Amino acid sequence: MPKVKDIEILVVGGGPAGLSAASAAANLGAGVLVLERDGKPGGQLVKQTHKFFGSKKQYAGDRGYQIGNLLIEQCENNPCVEVWTDTTALGIYEDGVVTAEGQGKHLKINPKKVIVATGASEKMIAFPNNDLPGIYGAGAVQTLMNVHGIVPGHRVLMIGAGNIGLIVSYQLMQAGVEIAAIIEAAPTIGGYLVHASKIRRAGVPILTSHTISEAYGQESVEGAIICKLDENWKPILGSEQDLKVDVICLAVGLSPLTELCFQADCQMKYVPELSGHVPIRNEYLETTRPGLYVAGDVSGVEEASSAMVEGRLAGINAAYSLGYGEDVAPKLQAEALVELSELRAGPAGQKTMRGIMNLMDKGGAVC
Amino acid sequence: MRITEHPILEFLRGEEISFFFNGQELKGFEGETIAAALHAAGVKVLGHSHTMHRPRGLFCAIGNCSSCLMVVDGEPNIRICVETLKPGMKVETQQGKGCLK
Repeated sequence: MPKVKDIEILVVGGGPAGLSAASAAANLGAGVLVLERDGKPGGQLVKQTHKFFGSKKQYAGDRGYQIGNLLIEQCENNPCVEVWTDTTALGIYEDGVVTAEGQGKHLKINPKKVIVATGASEKMIAFPNNDLPGIYGAGAVQTLMNVHGIVPGHRVLMIGAGNIGLIVSYQLMQAGVEIAAIIEAAPTIGGYLVHASKIRRAGVPILTSHTISEAYGQESVEGAIICKLDENWKPILGSEQDLKVDVICLAVGLSPLTELCFQADCQMKYVPELSGHVPIRNEYLETTRPGLYVAGDVSGVEEASSAMVEGRLAGINAAYSLGYGEDVAPKLQAEALVELSELRAGPAGQKTMRGIMNLMDKGGAVC
Repeated sequence: MRITEHPILEFLRGEEISFFFNGQELKGFEGETIAAALHAAGVKVLGHSHTMHRPRGLFCAIGNCSSCLMVVDGEPNIRICVETLKPGMKVETQQGKGCLK
């Protein structure tokens, strides 16, 4: 029988939300263990080369990987935080024990509180031959390029003109790869215009109301047929174009990685504005399973900036519920809530706000 | 293809090492994933689907999607996008679902 590891707060996932949760809880004095399935913490931040927006508190002006390194450092320098890398959480049981796999071993952890910060996974869209090698999620392209220094091919069709599609296109251009076009099914560009303008200035067309009809190629992608959509999002016959590309990159959104929440029997709800099934939770991010908190994309897909604030909020709340930071925690909670509403004040944030209202309305878990 | 110059990032690669892909000797760098080394060597097809035998390549690169399962040093179902490359490793295309020893 393996020994059980006792810990006050267990954080599942060492990305922006998880690391922020860990240092916030540890700063109040709680003992924290972070499980990270990758060999290095930081999550997807370590692949982000663009500068962040927001305010100074959310590291505006710094590049994603620099923020990632800062969060890693904060956890490393805090004696109350332990990080287990190459460790994947497997399940959360009725008695509160969490199991994990690490370095080929089956591990058991007995935490007082759990913060699930597992992030999100990339969405797929349906079109003929969408399984050909050469078709990647945008995150995979970022991993190849910005972590390993390898480009995925010579000429890319980017699908999706949200911020991820725009940013990854620009990163591909920085790495010397040609972008044949960025296509977007919606009639308008979803991402920030500052990103779109940089790409258009470089001569790359961003085709709105366009979709992919099919990919083709023998063993891997050799090209793609795209077409224009009418106002009812139906393909317009005769508008097809044949693009010779060896890479198709999908930036069509993310889904919350909620398997652990489902398995732990948290009450779940499908909320389109939050990009899928999400656990019902209160304002302080505690789910319907007492002592289990969520933070970051798993609680609704947004950006790293809000994931970090949510992480901090969950961390403070988990520590406070264990009796830490009685004098300062309420003030810190209030500050985090203000920051979240500031971050969600823009047009993109309105959608998130609608989603959260929808989530908390019927959940019976509102504080 | 490897990026040699980048406006923002600097790539600190480990030592150059040899490994085997279906018996063919290839070069990669210590510390990178098997998928990265194969990609840099131009290998895009990592296997074939079980029933339709359609080619399969890298999709998510972070261990989520199972599109990149291969046999590594005799062990099947290795997610090569998150498995680190080691000198002399034998990486093979997987036929079928693989067997537990």
